[in-house]
Amino acid sequence: MKGARENKLQRARDAAEKAAVFGEDLDLGQFIHEAPSHLNMKDLSSLSEPDKKELLTVGVDTDIKERSGSFMQIDHSVVHHDIFQDGLEVMSTSEAREKYDWLEDYYWRAVAVDTDKYTARAELHQEHGYFIRALPGVKTAFPLQACLFTARDGLAQEAHNIVIAEEGSELHIISGCASSHKVKAGLHIGVSEFYVKKGAKLSFTMIHNWAEEFAVRPRSATIVEEDGVFLSNYVCMKPVKTLQMYPTTFLSGANAVARYNTILVAVPGSFMDVGSRVYLKAPGARAEMIARTITTGGDVVNRGHIVGEVADAKGHLECHGLILSEKGLIYAVPELEGRVSGVELSHEAAVGKIAQEEIEYMMSRGMSESDATAAIVRGFLNVDIMGLPAELQREIDKTVNMQGIF
Amino acid sequence: MLKIENLKVSLGDREVLKSVNLEIKPGEAHVLFGPNGSGKTSLLMTLMGFSNYRVTEGTINFKDRDITGMSIDERARLGIGMSFQRPPTIKGLKTRQMVALCSAGKEIRLEEMANRLNFEDFLDRDLNAGFSGGEIKRSELLQLMAQNPDLILLDEPESGVDLESISLIGEVINELLERKPGKDHAASSRERRSKRAKAGLLITHTGYILNYVDADVGHVLYDGVLSCHGNPRETLRCIQDMGYQECMRCMV
Ligand SMILES: Nc1ncnc2c1ncn2[C@@H]1O[C@H](COP(=O)(O)OP(=O)(O)O)[C@@H](O)[C@H]1O
Ligand SMILES: [Mg+2]
Repeated sequence: MKGARENKLQRARDAAEKAAVFGEDLDLGQFIHEAPSHLNMKDLSSLSEPDKKELLTVGVDTDIKERSGSFMQIDHSVVHHDIFQDGLEVMSTSEAREKYDWLEDYYWRAVAVDTDKYTARAELHQEHGYFIRALPGVKTAFPLQACLFTARDGLAQEAHNIVIAEEGSELHIISGCASSHKVKAGLHIGVSEFYVKKGAKLSFTMIHNWAEEFAVRPRSATIVEEDGVFLSNYVCMKPVKTLQMYPTTFLSGANAVARYNTILVAVPGSFMDVGSRVYLKAPGARAEMIARTITTGGDVVNRGHIVGEVADAKGHLECHGLILSEKGLIYAVPELEGRVSGVELSHEAAVGKIAQEEIEYMMSRGMSESDATAAIVRGFLNVDIMGLPAELQREIDKTVNMQGIF
Repeated sequence: MLKIENLKVSLGDREVLKSVNLEIKPGEAHVLFGPNGSGKTSLLMTLMGFSNYRVTEGTINFKDRDITGMSIDERARLGIGMSFQRPPTIKGLKTRQMVALCSAGKEIRLEEMANRLNFEDFLDRDLNAGFSGGEIKRSELLQLMAQNPDLILLDEPESGVDLESISLIGEVINELLERKPGKDHAASSRERRSKRAKAGLLITHTGYILNYVDADVGHVLYDGVLSCHGNPRETLRCIQDMGYQECMRCMV
């Protein structure tokens, strides 16, 4: 076990300078590493009102109502974790790594530790993250919430999260990442490894609300076993200087399913390079990716990649982009890679501005031009997320509405 | 209520309306006949204010105001409403939400209205997404019910509608126009008309709708020129017997 861990550290050291395949190559030296430690909290009520408001926009309810569990990390300190249902575990990954020897097998299995300098940094710095697990057959009554928050301006936060949905379990997680209203700049590296065991279902909804000068490099991957279902929803509608991520799912068991829904809004000054990738590795595997991107002046690269490695597997990829300003750019890159016959892959991509005909149609019912535009944009962002419990869908609708981009 | 004088309209560099004069008084329902491509839809789109349709000459007055240069939403708020032949699909916007938006904050009985049109099952579908011809008509009428305009422009309300639904659509149009056919034998048609405030302009290709909506005046639009103002049934018979071209000649 020690050897395995040392080996990962060594690979991380070797990759410490390795640039990522996509996204601006960041100079990690420009970020502060030290952060004051934050005190433990019994609940989240002691947070400042402005911070509570920030958290609410990313789906984190500081009253912790209708949640099966809650986790919060501020900078490098895990300040709070709690569970309200038997059969669930929520703690920091560092604590879990001490507690469970077997967890070493899950560290850097889905994501390679030497992917790039960001994964390497997460391993070298070891600054917590959350460990969430549903024991076999356990179904969450309410979603769990997990929050990674930065309070120190200019800080690099690295978190390594591990989520395990054991056989036959059903786990819903809302992961909100935000920075304090006082923070202007910083770096967030979030490594997330998801393991969906046989017949389990995991829905993971991640909402981001960073600061204008923030750099964000999530690195996540999922392994789904036989009959498992992984639903991933990602929403980022707030300013961010540079965001690059390309989460990947390996559908390795028969009839495994993955769905990615992505909602991005790039405001002036934002650069987002976001994709999702699925490997169909077993018969009956199904993948669906739906992205809705909007620019109000920022730049978006929206990637999608489905790799079909076996027959009788299916994948569909959809990127729709809406350009709402003269500036700004949407670059959709859908990729389909079929490696055998008998694999069924398709995609649909469309980028453009709102059709004048649609605006005028709405106006003919008495709406002003801006109300008509807003209604069309809300509709555009209204992705019906299949298979999501109603209360989670409501949370997403609420955040989408709350973040109102006009 | 509506007065159009010497209207000329271009779509791109093509003149689609060459000479249109028309007056519609409160309480009246007018019917517009004309072959394909004669400019019927263009006339309604121009009255609604769609930006592609450029008025090059003439004026449009509505409720004693010159609306020739007015924006679409201003016209709608002033009381003009339209049922479209081919409305666009609005993805993600539920029909229910659109109907609520049409009501502009007025209290409406949305479910009841949808029920009237046999349209409850469509309320939670994206607006116009994959709607059949007849479904589009019902969706358009539902929106108009919520909007409750004073001048109602209807572009071929019966086309693509099966025979069973036509009578329903006809009834709803009568309700929108405040026409309750038949019932009121005591009052003369003139008296009934004087109590009504709503007016309508209907495009019909087949004339079927005349079996349900007792229109007052018929017009023929031919190659961008509006003429042959008369009794709608006689006009229709003339077109059926002699064709548009002959009909135009004899009436002029
Ligand atoms: N978007 C368009 N671009 C160019 N020409 C058009 C367009 N829409 C309609 N037209 C033309 O304008 C003329 C009038 O069309 P329209 O008003 O739709 O006729 P109608 O409703 O009587 O069938 C026709 O010749 C038609 O082909
Ligand atoms: Mg037409």
